[in-house]
Amino acid sequence: MLEFVNFYLIPGLVLGSIYALGAIGVSLIFGILRFAHFAHGDMMTLGAYFALPFIVTLGFSPYLALPVAMLGAVAAALLIDRLFYKPLRAQPSIILLVASFGVALMIRAAIQFVWGPHSHVYASGFQMPLVFSGIRVAERHIYIVGLCILLVVALHLFLTRTKTGKAMRALSDDPDLARITGINTERIIAWTWALGAMLAGCAGVFVGMDTHVTTLIGWNMLLPVFAAAILGGIGKPYGAIAGGLVIGLAEEVSAYPVFGNEPLLDPTYKSAVAFAIMVAMLLWRPSGLFRGRVY
Amino acid sequence: MTEQRLDATGLQGGYGGADVLHGVDLRVDPGEIVTIIGPNGAGKSTALKALFGLVQVHTGRVAYGDTDITHLMPDRITRLGIGYVPQERNVFVNLTVHENLEMGAYIRNDDISGHLARIYDLFPPLKEKRKEAAGLLSGGQRQMVAMGRALMLDPAVLLLDEPTAGLAPAFVDLIFERVQEINRAGIGILMVEQNARHALEIADRGYVLVNGANAFEDTGANLLANREVAEAFLGG
Amino acid sequence: MAELATFLAYPVGLLTIAGIYAVMCLGLNVQWGFTGLFNAGIAGFFAVGAYTSAILTTAPHPDYLGGFGLPVAVGLVCAMATAGVVALGIGWLTLSLRSDYLAIATIGIAEILRLIVKNEDWLTNGPRGIPAIPRPFEWLPPFPAQVAYLALVAAIIAVIYIALERGLNSPWGRVMRAIRENEESARAAGKDIMRRRLEAFVLGSMIMGLGGALMAHSIKFIGPEATEPLIVTFLVWVMLIAGGSGNNRGAILGAVVIWAIWSMTELVTRQLPADWALRSAYLRVFLIGLALQIILQRASSGLLAEKPPKPIPLDEGEPKGRSRG
Repeated sequence: MLEFVNFYLIPGLVLGSIYALGAIGVSLIFGILRFAHFAHGDMMTLGAYFALPFIVTLGFSPYLALPVAMLGAVAAALLIDRLFYKPLRAQPSIILLVASFGVALMIRAAIQFVWGPHSHVYASGFQMPLVFSGIRVAERHIYIVGLCILLVVALHLFLTRTKTGKAMRALSDDPDLARITGINTERIIAWTWALGAMLAGCAGVFVGMDTHVTTLIGWNMLLPVFAAAILGGIGKPYGAIAGGLVIGLAEEVSAYPVFGNEPLLDPTYKSAVAFAIMVAMLLWRPSGLFRGRVY
Repeated sequence: MTEQRLDATGLQGGYGGADVLHGVDLRVDPGEIVTIIGPNGAGKSTALKALFGLVQVHTGRVAYGDTDITHLMPDRITRLGIGYVPQERNVFVNLTVHENLEMGAYIRNDDISGHLARIYDLFPPLKEKRKEAAGLLSGGQRQMVAMGRALMLDPAVLLLDEPTAGLAPAFVDLIFERVQEINRAGIGILMVEQNARHALEIADRGYVLVNGANAFEDTGANLLANREVAEAFLGG
Repeated sequence: MAELATFLAYPVGLLTIAGIYAVMCLGLNVQWGFTGLFNAGIAGFFAVGAYTSAILTTAPHPDYLGGFGLPVAVGLVCAMATAGVVALGIGWLTLSLRSDYLAIATIGIAEILRLIVKNEDWLTNGPRGIPAIPRPFEWLPPFPAQVAYLALVAAIIAVIYIALERGLNSPWGRVMRAIRENEESARAAGKDIMRRRLEAFVLGSMIMGLGGALMAHSIKFIGPEATEPLIVTFLVWVMLIAGGSGNNRGAILGAVVIWAIWSMTELVTRQLPADWALRSAYLRVFLIGLALQIILQRASSGLLAEKPPKPIPLDEGEPKGRSRG
């Protein structure tokens, strides 16, 4: 039992929290701009790399580098929107998907150009985990999950308490009515990018803290993050959180040796878990657990 | 808001394909209740949308006071003091009633608590449901939310697209009552209505639209008394 | 003669690979250009085709499945069939939903196929890949064999092109276009949209599988790197959009132009010092991504715009460009 908690449940929660941060962004962007943002994973990678020089060269703690990564990701997202997405706003939204596919590759190529193809670590060396009556938790895992909860609470307050947050939900609900009401659509879209990029940037740094930084971390997270967003219901940020946790836990627990000593599923096929859950959800209830939109 | 006349002349246009409007004139003087009636497919709702910049108008002109608003975007028209309440999809279903009303005041930056209080007084059922998602309300309650939202900006003219469509009879009477009450506060009303008789009873003036053009135009009372109108459009 | 052969080997090789990309580009055109289906997993169907044909046509090997030593023609047909079956499964699950879901699902399937290729040693020989894949015409001397293979690829392109053009101008093609242009009214007209989409998705994927098989036989080796999901998928996309989606000749032209740019710039960057050669490789990817954005914004119809649907021909003397297919 302890083994299950230490090696499957806790890593699953950590992974799930990180997925949730990505999935919220995907869900918000899908809800407001009506397209699956294929460059979202690479936005996470970008966050991880923005933090890199501050942590490795300047010796900041990753937590202090977090705001830098967030700001960098926000600036990049706003610039990308201005240059590549805004000119296509009047086109069918699938064209935006094609463009975002290209943007994903451009971000990755730019990162590889600047930082090279090698993998990096924020901090080398082994940290002793904390032990609570047999349950072993790495300190950074506590911080990652704690910060995720903090971010989600902040997001909740933003969406329900501020005028901009409410307008964001309104625009996601009904763009035509929002326009009639006088809501400044472009301004809300900019906010959506900023929020999505902020969370993606954090997620990237968290992945870097948890494992290592490579140019592929974002691409590898794209599928589980989309799966989480669909699971939770598109356009439902709270659903995306639940979806992220479910996918993260399912991926880790799928390797648990339920029967005998063999893992339930070979860990190399972890990403198949997200895919399977997503497909099952599309078949059973395309609107997701939280009854989002079906397009 | 200063009170000005909303005046549309010779509107032709539609949604990009074939024209729906073939020359429509509409006018709302300050503080009037004006209704547009006519058979299905006559272009009543389209005419209303044309005033609000939601339809492509290629001939004709819409003026509000001295301002030409023919080709303005809806959000600009809203700022000039014209409110529009769509027939369908007229509330943000995932926002609470209260948030819906707040969104109505999105472009205002001043204190709106007085407005909220007045709207809750006008529509008491909304006060009880203010924390509920608007999507869970009945059709009549949604209509109240939609009208309330449009009133948040103190419009001088309110455009209502079939406010009583699909509502239970009790709600129909209530909505008409509220429309009159809103009008008593000096707000001009232009509404498209299926309940033609009822609408003409409360209207100062009415237009009958047929095939995208004006067929009759007169005071509400005169139109009700007009035999031809009565036979063709008021169910005899 | 020998000198001429050395001189021509590069362009012939370049055209062969460009031709194989043209095949895949035609496959994507069926899905995206005609039907509006977004496939982000081209590399997956490419891999299915390549491995199917490789396993069926190679000599027996103790380490992995295969070694059936079947003729290449059988390999090609089976490559199409397996790619079609995979597409049928995915399409059946996701085609009734909005294209975004299909796009995500195709990424997922490509990813799973990549994992299978990498990890199932018994099937694919894992990271070591499958070597010694036979290439047709190997009994000829090297250069004529190369030319003959190019001719085979060209012939396959011609067959696909003619078949697609016919299909497009048949009632089937008109329904496809109608669905893409206005799904609602096509549905109202009683068209079975789901079925038509599935047909297009499966057909397109089969053509991509064929492309994969042709590539495997061309380079005589297939390994996980050859199915690097991004480059294959992305190049085919850029080719189609640059060439003109919806236009079959545009698809072929786009493949040739983009592949020529892609591989010739590689020729240039290879001359650079090692460090810069690596960096400029990334720069190339960046620029091809940028090119896509510029085309989308400034020249969305591509090199050859989609032809408006042909009216019933009244005048037989109308000039046609069939010979250039």
